[in-house]
Amino acid sequence: MEVKSKKSKEPKQGMLKRISGPVVTAVNLDAHMYDVVKVGKEELMGEVIKIQGDNTIIQVYEDTSGIRPGEPVSNTGLSLSVELGPGLLTSIYDGIQRPLAVLVDKMGDFIQRGVSAPGLSHDKKWAFKPLVKAGDKVQGGSIIGEVQETNIVHKVMLPPNAKPGTVKTIKTGEFTVEETVCILDDNREFPMMQRWPVRVPRPVKEKLNPVIPLITGQRILDGLFPIAKGGTAAIPGPFGSGKTVTQQQLAKWSDAEIVVYIGCGERGNEMTEVLTEFPHLEDPKTGKPLMERTVLIANTSNMPVAAREASVYTGITIAEYFRDMGYDVSLMADSTSRWAEAMREISSRLEEMPGEEGYPAYLAARLSEFYERAGLVKTLAGGDGSVSVIGAVSPPGGDFSEPVTQNTLRIVKVFWALDAKLSQRRHFPSINWLNSYSLYLDTLHDWYDKEVSPEWNKLRSWAMEVLQKEAELQEIVQLVGSDALPEAEQITIEVARMIREVFLQQNAYDAVDTFCSMKKQYDMMKAIRLYSDLAYSAQAAGVPPNQINAVKSKNELPQIKFIKDYKPVLDKIAKDMDAEFNALRSAS
Amino acid sequence: MKEYRTINKIAGPLLFVEKTEPIAYGELVNIILFDGTVKRGQVLDTSDELVVVQVFETTAGIGRDSGVRFTGETIKMPVGREMLGRILSGGGKPIDGGPEIVPEKRLDITGAAINPYARASPNEFIQTGISTIDGTNTLVRGQKLPIFSGAGLPHNTIALQIARQAKVLGGKGEFAVVFAAMGITKEEANYFMQDFERTGALERAVVFLNLADDPAVERIITPRLALTTAEYLAFELGMHVLVILTDMTYPGYMYTDLACIYERAGIIKGKKGSITQFPILTMPGDDITHPIPDLTGYITEGQIVVSRDLHRKGIYPPINVLPSLSRLMNLGIGKGHTREDHKKVSDQLYAAYAEGNDLRGLVAIVGKDALSERDRTFLEFADLFENRFVRQGYNEDRTIEGTLDIGWDLLSTLPVEQLVRIDRDMINKYHPKFRNAEKAK
Ligand SMILES: Nc1ncnc2c1ncn2[C@@H]1O[C@H](COP(=O)(O)OP(=O)(O)OP(=O)(O)O)[C@@H](O)[C@H]1O
Ligand SMILES: [Mg+2]
Repeated sequence: MEVKSKKSKEPKQGMLKRISGPVVTAVNLDAHMYDVVKVGKEELMGEVIKIQGDNTIIQVYEDTSGIRPGEPVSNTGLSLSVELGPGLLTSIYDGIQRPLAVLVDKMGDFIQRGVSAPGLSHDKKWAFKPLVKAGDKVQGGSIIGEVQETNIVHKVMLPPNAKPGTVKTIKTGEFTVEETVCILDDNREFPMMQRWPVRVPRPVKEKLNPVIPLITGQRILDGLFPIAKGGTAAIPGPFGSGKTVTQQQLAKWSDAEIVVYIGCGERGNEMTEVLTEFPHLEDPKTGKPLMERTVLIANTSNMPVAAREASVYTGITIAEYFRDMGYDVSLMADSTSRWAEAMREISSRLEEMPGEEGYPAYLAARLSEFYERAGLVKTLAGGDGSVSVIGAVSPPGGDFSEPVTQNTLRIVKVFWALDAKLSQRRHFPSINWLNSYSLYLDTLHDWYDKEVSPEWNKLRSWAMEVLQKEAELQEIVQLVGSDALPEAEQITIEVARMIREVFLQQNAYDAVDTFCSMKKQYDMMKAIRLYSDLAYSAQAAGVPPNQINAVKSKNELPQIKFIKDYKPVLDKIAKDMDAEFNALRSAS
Repeated sequence: MKEYRTINKIAGPLLFVEKTEPIAYGELVNIILFDGTVKRGQVLDTSDELVVVQVFETTAGIGRDSGVRFTGETIKMPVGREMLGRILSGGGKPIDGGPEIVPEKRLDITGAAINPYARASPNEFIQTGISTIDGTNTLVRGQKLPIFSGAGLPHNTIALQIARQAKVLGGKGEFAVVFAAMGITKEEANYFMQDFERTGALERAVVFLNLADDPAVERIITPRLALTTAEYLAFELGMHVLVILTDMTYPGYMYTDLACIYERAGIIKGKKGSITQFPILTMPGDDITHPIPDLTGYITEGQIVVSRDLHRKGIYPPINVLPSLSRLMNLGIGKGHTREDHKKVSDQLYAAYAEGNDLRGLVAIVGKDALSERDRTFLEFADLFENRFVRQGYNEDRTIEGTLDIGWDLLSTLPVEQLVRIDRDMINKYHPKFRNAEKAK
């Protein structure tokens, strides 16, 4: 972001007294909490995070090496804000909304400091189409016009806190984001762009209960542990267990209209991967490049920690802004643990009293304030919009009992528990089906009934029961071997294996399997159920288990995943299974 | 330059200096002992009352009478093409008896972060000739892929085999190796040096040696010097640089400390060179959840795990593929890189080996006879996998096709309907039982 000083008030210069990494102390500075300040001769950007006597304590968003006591500090009088308007989509920003593409032009391939750049291009012109006319009553949040930004229509709104008024003039044509497009009766002028302080949630008319699932095309998520549009989910797991791949799969295939992806303290190459891949991938719903609906925030692990702390707020504010236009937005934060660590690092520099594992005492509060910004809402403009939030958690040693995981699980409604045992055997997504849960099952029940099939909810419970039963049987198998199980239970083991291998396992890197429609999910589960029913009835009719296991047609089921036009193949498999079992039954 | 004699407290590696002029954060500090010895440190915290300095060497000999000089700049490293073929101390001073290095540039050793927008996605397959890497945990150029090992395991031998055999098929460009040793023994260091000399690799290498009996605090800067050198060679001179850092087991390092080292790898759009990082770390007590391997795993792009069990079985290289991972593998394999069946063969090998390996535990309790026929084939598969796929010679340089073919040979011992990870077309084309029939068609 770029910061301009408020012209009205002559800012009083303060002076640096102490520099301790990203945290510096200034004296003689007129400041309020969360004001943005410029630190040192190079005018590094910082934010006031504590005021104590004459000392103002500031976190600095850039490297502070070389800065000395005695250098000046000035207050911009603004709080840390983002620029909101056309130009957000397809952008990649650092944690404080500096566009990384512009930074490459300004300072080369490595991130240098002391360079600011506005979040939106102030030169580019956009074709603005008014949606109100002179004489219309408008208020904070009203949609006054639109811009075709990418394939996405960007609704231009009055800022949420604008007082009501009547439109005097509304313009049509090409404008930059700073030029006035709307004038009200009392001569207030509005450009397309607005600013919003990132630490303050954008207001809404009311919060609604989420009742529609965010369909992700991932079988274990949509099928077993769905998240609602406007819901919250956490995906904790040890390193290499699949947090990022899952988040990227959601960013690619979930049926949100806008995606905000925050790489918070993670790898540079992962962001590059998104940047190279997304422009070439099509949104399965619109057929348009995925990049066109995406905003990326990349504050990688080696970029300044204070900006990492801010990145999560920058991201969610942008998500809320699109929600206010009436869009379904999904936000991925990878990883919230790195955000929590940034808080911990700054807190320790502040010499605050540490809480559990050295995290600040306000960790739980910050996490819940963040997830609280998710939701399905009635917007100020009167439409429905949602922000779904999915946070990755990276627990040390993969141990879920640590504070970030525990505090997160107290807040979120969906828990996708990654399991290193599964990832080690390349069972992907390595989400443990016994430990994971979704608290939205009840509220989404009707949707699945209506939109998928009245059978679906039953099929889902059946599959969960089989998996549960398998876990119990496995304990016995570990003691006596599988051949010692009663015949019916040997079938249960086989059916559970099919649920795992056919339904749950899904290869993110296979061109077809990477996305699975709800219809296909239902058809696949139904086919497994069919096998199960046939197998049990054959067993009841006296067919021995080794013959049941030898049924050939069922071996074709895993292939279904890789076939786009799967229906004829699946129908044939069902017919063949039927025939094979008939033959077995009549033979016995 | 002003010299202060105002040290007011010394605690651990930290000096507290009073009554100074304004001192910059991160500034390089020289501490002058009464006998003229100079030690180096860096400003950790600075205020108008007190400056905290972290000393990079032992504080032995530092006292109230020591002089403190603030150099006014952050730590810089002289770099130049001449460094190739040279052996330097862990602090960057020549120790091979050769001349001082005439710098072409002096660079800040902290290194700025590569703008993620400037990065190019690594996707060039590096063939190491080792099946457990090429076949199932493929390395690509620009990746950071550590070896997680334990005391007494042959990680150095593996690292050398990789350094010797690694090549990009059909790849062009100048190569260089930057080798940084932190706290390893003289003997281990010699092992590397002799191999470098024997193969002629030394000419294309820059070596930094901080041995076990060198000051431990110096190790804080050794990897940074090495990476600053690597960045110069890669991004200014256009070389493909392989950086070996051993041993990266830094007690007390936090996530950000390690990230600022490991993230200094990759490729930049429009630049010729690249940095591929191969850090080696020994897991205390072979414990992968120990903070250092744990933090490392969270930052690097996968890990190669060396196993004591396989080593005891006499298998070289004793790489346990199950906990090993290469996250960039998918970008560097498949059609146009290696072979179209690569990904699926790898997935299937994993799944089958994992299953067979689990059954070993069961067999120990219930005996082989209690296993179903299906399970027995998987159990046997696990042994075959270790003996034919994992095991290979120290000088055996397998091609990627060779590796994949071994994979198919092993998979063909399983009933074909158990190959659920592989689609039918691939099976018809590559499975030994079908591929000839397919060709005949
Ligand atoms: N759904 C999937 N399909 C196929 N492969 C997957 C899937 N999920 C994960 N993987 C594999 O697992 C690897 C690690 O996954 P990922 O990078 O998402 O882990 P992570 O949990 O984000 O780890 P870290 O905490 O270190 O960032 C991937 O590189 C990929 O090889
Ligand atoms: Mg990740």
